[in-house]
Amino acid sequence: MKSEAKTVIIGGGIIGLAIAYNLAKMGEEDIVVLEKGYLGNGSTFRCGSGIRQQFGDEANIQMMKRSVELWSGLKEELGMDVEFRQTGYLFLLYDEEELESFKKNVALQNKFGVPSRIISPEDAKELVPPLNTEGIIGAAWNHTDGKANPFKAVFAYANAAKKLGVEIYEYTKAEDIKVENSEIKSVITDKGEIKTRRVINAANAWAKLLNAKLGIDIPIEPYKHQSVKTEPIKPGQIEPMVISFKHDGVYLTQEAEQGGIIGGYGLKYGPTYDITPTYEFLRGVSYRFTQIIPSLKYVNVIRIWGGYYAETPDGNAAIGKINEINEYYIAAGFSGHGFMLAPVVGEMMAELIVNGKTKKPLWFYDPYRFERGELRGKAIQMG
Amino acid sequence: MSEKDIIICRCNDVTQKEIEDLIDQGITDIEEIKRLTRIGMGPCQGRTCIPLVMRIIARKTGKKIEEIPVPATRVPTRPVPMGVLAGAMNNEE
Ligand SMILES: Cc1cc2nc3c(=O)[nH]c(=O)nc-3n(C[C@H](O)[C@H](O)[C@H](O)COP(=O)(O)OP(=O)(O)OC[C@H]3O[C@@H](n4cnc5c(N)ncnc54)[C@H](O)[C@@H]3O)c2cc1C
Ligand code: FES
Repeated sequence: MKSEAKTVIIGGGIIGLAIAYNLAKMGEEDIVVLEKGYLGNGSTFRCGSGIRQQFGDEANIQMMKRSVELWSGLKEELGMDVEFRQTGYLFLLYDEEELESFKKNVALQNKFGVPSRIISPEDAKELVPPLNTEGIIGAAWNHTDGKANPFKAVFAYANAAKKLGVEIYEYTKAEDIKVENSEIKSVITDKGEIKTRRVINAANAWAKLLNAKLGIDIPIEPYKHQSVKTEPIKPGQIEPMVISFKHDGVYLTQEAEQGGIIGGYGLKYGPTYDITPTYEFLRGVSYRFTQIIPSLKYVNVIRIWGGYYAETPDGNAAIGKINEINEYYIAAGFSGHGFMLAPVVGEMMAELIVNGKTKKPLWFYDPYRFERGELRGKAIQMG
Repeated sequence: MSEKDIIICRCNDVTQKEIEDLIDQGITDIEEIKRLTRIGMGPCQGRTCIPLVMRIIARKTGKKIEEIPVPATRVPTRPVPMGVLAGAMNNEE
């Protein structure tokens, strides 16, 4: 292990790795990533893999538009197929109020060049043949949304970063950060000390534990959410990500390569670091899935698992520079949409650190908005 | 028969060669191998393939089989149809 580095990134999930890669790509040298377990073991490997631009606010729409551009080129850029597929996101709408609010979102998305639109229940059925259209009055559809493989994405970023000289230490936990007169001196790990002047907190569900050591308080709390996976079904049945807020934030889709159905709904527990799967979820998710896609009744569940949503009060991440300590940055608290944002967050964080400004609206995620009481409109959440 | 043709995980169609290639790249953690190849993630939940993979890791890394951590299994341990699970819910509501 190195005893000195220019930049230390704490957290080897998709966010920390995307930042490491982008910093190295912009010419930064001497970057170390610390991961207390194996890469991706936090939230990233437990995620639902969905990627969408259908948000209800300008900042998330612009960020995700850029992220999808990056996802589209990731295979060439990183030299590994991350199985990005633009199979679309379909929001099922069951009443006028929902329909009206989605019409507004669609108009906003269109303004920024996202080609979403409202479609009829019949069109929705054509996209998802086994869909139960009872009660559905319309749907919001964007064919350029999609999904990717979290396992491959993590390894693609890690390998590309290593090729650019980034050092990644797995099973190495950052235990403390030494600071004198607001200047970072070093990071203390369970494997030794690394002298550095710059630290990026990309520890997501654990971010507040590191902040607490420095007396910094940003409200990010870990909540348990769960996912389910079924045995494979006939290919091409449920290609889009299907969302229903009427069923408590259900999301479900068929995996591109494996053919099983994966998804979940809004049941959550916490704040907690316990992610043991629950029978309550297993029954609840089966009930809701079979309401939306009745033929799933006959399909076997093969596994359920828990993971963290690192949540802030408005459901948007805390990203940016920490004022109290020189060269201390944070990118954490991604709720249910950190996977999809990773390519653009990596790019914007590198711009912020190297150039001091960003092309996309990273200010929206200002970590100080909470203490100023300037919460954003709650990001469209699911799961 | 070459290593290319030896199927280690029947559920997800993973060959011995794919696993050995990962180990050769330095990926010897069974959790990582599991996630990259999907061994142990099929309907049998690894009852067939995990012991075989552990043996390959042991052989290639020179570790003892007891030194290789067994990956976590996740409920349900046996496949159950969604309709049955949903029914359990229906009766309550
Ligand atoms: C059930 C579920 C479904 C989801 N579905 C989606 C989806 O469809 N689309 C989407 O975009 N997002 C989804 N998400 C959210 C997504 O998983 C996260 O937002 C994303 O993975 C966050 O990435 P990260 O790198 O910030 O966090 P993580 O992957 O958690 O990485 C943080 C890492 O930091 C490490 N760490 C923490 N403390 C220390 C320390 N002191 N020293 C060293 N290392 C440390 C941890 O071990 C961890 O690996 C879902 C999440 C869950 C749980
Ligand atoms: S043989 Fe590998 S999961 Fe069944």
